[in-house]
Amino acid sequence: MSSTDITINQDVHHPHEEHDHHHDQNFIEKYIFSQDHKVIAKQYLITGIAWAFIGGFLSILFRLQLGWPEATFTFLEPILGGWVENGKLNPEFYLALVTMHGTIMVFFVLTAGLSGTFSNFLIPLQIGARDMASGFMNMLSYWIFFISSVIMFLSLFLETGPAAGGWTVYPPLSALPQAIEGSKGGMTMWLISMALFIVSQLLGGVNYITTVINLRTRGMSMTKLPLTIWAFFITAVLGLLAFPVLFSAALLLIFDRSFGTSFFLSDIFIAGEALAHSGGSAILFQHLFWFLGHPEVYIVIMPAFGIVSEVIATNARKPIFGYRAMIGSLLGIAVLSFVVWAHHMFVTGMNPFLGSVFMFLTLIIAVPSAVKVFNWLATLWRGNIRFTTAMMFAVGFVSLFISGGLTGIILGNSALDIQLHDTYFVIAHFHLVMGAAAFFGMFAGVYHWFPKMFGRMMDDKLGFVHFWLTFVAVYLVFMPMHYIGIAGFPRRYYAWTGFEVFNGFTDMNMFISISAILGFSAQFIFLFNFVYSIFRGRKTTLNPWHSNTLEWTTPVNPGHGNWPGEIPAVYRWPYDYSKPGAVEDYIPQNVPFSQTQSSNLPQERDFE
Amino acid sequence: MITFAIVLSIVLLFVILFLLFRIGTLASIFRGSSERAPGTTKTSNRVNSTLLLLFLVGGGAAFIWSFADSWEGMNLPVASVHGTWTDSLFWTTMIVIGIVFAITQVLLFYYSYKYQHKDNKRAYYYPHNNKLEIIWTMIPAVVMALLVFAGWKTWTKITSAAPESAVVVEVMGKQFNWMVRYPGQDGQLGVSKTTLIDATNEFGIDFSDPSAKDDFIPNQIHVPVGKPVLLKIRSRDVIHSVFLPHFRLKMDAVPGMPTSFWFVPTKTTAEMRTETGNPDFNYELACAELCGRGHFAMRFMLVVDEPAEYEAWLAEQKPFVEQNPGVMAKFATEAPQDLALDAKPGEKAEEDKTEL
Repeated sequence: MSSTDITINQDVHHPHEEHDHHHDQNFIEKYIFSQDHKVIAKQYLITGIAWAFIGGFLSILFRLQLGWPEATFTFLEPILGGWVENGKLNPEFYLALVTMHGTIMVFFVLTAGLSGTFSNFLIPLQIGARDMASGFMNMLSYWIFFISSVIMFLSLFLETGPAAGGWTVYPPLSALPQAIEGSKGGMTMWLISMALFIVSQLLGGVNYITTVINLRTRGMSMTKLPLTIWAFFITAVLGLLAFPVLFSAALLLIFDRSFGTSFFLSDIFIAGEALAHSGGSAILFQHLFWFLGHPEVYIVIMPAFGIVSEVIATNARKPIFGYRAMIGSLLGIAVLSFVVWAHHMFVTGMNPFLGSVFMFLTLIIAVPSAVKVFNWLATLWRGNIRFTTAMMFAVGFVSLFISGGLTGIILGNSALDIQLHDTYFVIAHFHLVMGAAAFFGMFAGVYHWFPKMFGRMMDDKLGFVHFWLTFVAVYLVFMPMHYIGIAGFPRRYYAWTGFEVFNGFTDMNMFISISAILGFSAQFIFLFNFVYSIFRGRKTTLNPWHSNTLEWTTPVNPGHGNWPGEIPAVYRWPYDYSKPGAVEDYIPQNVPFSQTQSSNLPQERDFE
Repeated sequence: MITFAIVLSIVLLFVILFLLFRIGTLASIFRGSSERAPGTTKTSNRVNSTLLLLFLVGGGAAFIWSFADSWEGMNLPVASVHGTWTDSLFWTTMIVIGIVFAITQVLLFYYSYKYQHKDNKRAYYYPHNNKLEIIWTMIPAVVMALLVFAGWKTWTKITSAAPESAVVVEVMGKQFNWMVRYPGQDGQLGVSKTTLIDATNEFGIDFSDPSAKDDFIPNQIHVPVGKPVLLKIRSRDVIHSVFLPHFRLKMDAVPGMPTSFWFVPTKTTAEMRTETGNPDFNYELACAELCGRGHFAMRFMLVVDEPAEYEAWLAEQKPFVEQNPGVMAKFATEAPQDLALDAKPGEKAEEDKTEL
């Protein structure tokens, strides 16, 4: 046998007899209360997309105010009713808008929409499992998320408006109904919604972890897992450890709001009255909130790390460079993400020594992040890059992650944070690194796995237009925000024209708002492409990207149970692209090794 | 009419997208490119990789231009000693991350262009290189260690205890205003309690405490240039944040937990007016922590005087009790009870001081 006659063998191995025992399902079982992870993933995705448009629209509303603070917008009156008077946005509603935008985007889109979609869709398919460990719990996690999101949505229709204390809901503002309109019913609904959301995340997370640990197919050792699965697995662990702390904070806040306790309240005079609270600490809430809040940043971005690693390797037709270092850096980031939370609190008056410790830990987390960037660059080096839409978004992700990640080094330095804290520099930093970059990871994932989800392809040309408009708009929005942030321009300001020091940024703010409108409008191209392609897109082949991972060994439209016969066994790592001696430039994980061909040697040999 | 125009625009947009989609699909079928593996068509690869390179060049140029153009606006004149340290550290860090930014972005876009797909090419099988990975792990680690050390030194100096000689000013945040109190001739702020707050006594000062008698409450902050100033910060309702951008000063005002920040102003208001060429220049105090409806309007003025001017201003100030004689009436009747509760008001004041 010559060294060039190795061809892709898509035959499945038959380690054990496994059968699909799923019974016939009616419409409701199949599409509404489905326990099939693929259907649940699509439910998460479609709900996430809907929320993304709502959250994005809210940001456009407040960018109108920020871009043209002196203008009147009478056309908003039919949409927003009493929240707009004589064409002017109500200042309190402005705060509700920024609060809801942040909450929706962070939790409902970038946590549930991103992690919920791809963890659900890919974990069983890529590890070779019929479904999640508990299909029922999985279904429950989606529906609890859905209910929580409906509660949040309904708060928009309260007379006193939704929560308006920022997405971080710091007490006493959030604890005292007399402090702000948005601390009345809106805040109660926010807390109920978040409590349910956390329950949903925990149900999902337990399922992901259990599935990855227990249901891997034969041969799928942890060191043969695609980086997507590693990322989803570690993300689930982060969520499992961090979310309960926010749950406790929310619970204590409910007690302070409703039952007269003083966990976060102390010595307050408000609305003409000295309150009876004493002994509590508002800063305690911040510790609890950011104990979730910072890992949450990585809960958002880690799935994108995994997706982008997969998309770059597949489309560069190269093994991901430094597979083990990539896993190590994910683990390093995960551990460190739990010990950096107080960098959000450098100017709260906490002990300065604590500030020094958290500065040290925060800047150290840049090291594993840098390793990831260098490894992605090394993967591109001497590749044979296919520019699919997914790949464009993956390249865009790396660019945005570099830009946003680097400014984190400045904010992590406590002395520098004094000037920049709560300014637009922070907004620009986190929107680049965990907003736009995470979105780009999500888009890369949607474009890449759309054929597996719906059996059809999304249109690449529309995808490219979508990418370029979005990519350019993101930089046009967030680069100028750094400039005004350096000058100290504060976030969450309804208007700044009363301050001489901030009054010089009118043009810049208008520019940012126009760019934001451009970026938001471009998302309708995606929406059109997505919806149209589900029904009328070009039909896909079994493995359209010539990828190595197991999901591409299922039928084009896999049923519940994923593989009609037995689950394939795994022999290789997932990144055997362009292996010397192989006929094709990819060798799927389920292709057995030959005893004679060097190209078929186990990848472990490469690490000797 | 406007609503109709917006709806019509959206419909037209969708029609255009639909046509683009159909034309694109038909064209790809006509060219035969629909038969090729996705991402391998010459046009899309050439166009996208070239656009990526153009983005690097054009975007880089736009970034440099906009950065330079915004330089003056983003660089507020600095007016405190520690502000010069943090500015210096900021721009040093910016240079470091700027170099990394340039190298990584150039490599990303250049590789994307250079290694675009070619039919007769195979990618280089290069799964790892331990030496390389160790090198590019160590370099960021060392750079971060240096930045940590520089930051720690600066942070330690900024957050050290204020000198004994510091001018003390109490700043209190409330919805939606700042109020300031000076300790008067005795240099000691009187005890204050939330329960004593009313329409006149907004600080809740306990005027049965002797050290409160000479406290005064001006409507502007005045501080002397070149002398350390200690801001004792508190809030009476929700969290606010004292932000003085020209001094690179920010510290939260937390109800129930006094905080502090000390600084040395280096330029008088008059000097800043000359430096900025703006005869109306004033140092402004803003609120940086979301505190409710009027958050954006919490503006307060700070004036940096020459020492002699400051002393003159100080001499003009009248104690709050002199300006509001009625406020003492309450304490005349309530004082025994309050004193009984506090037992030793002097000790209470000292306790307040040590908390800070």
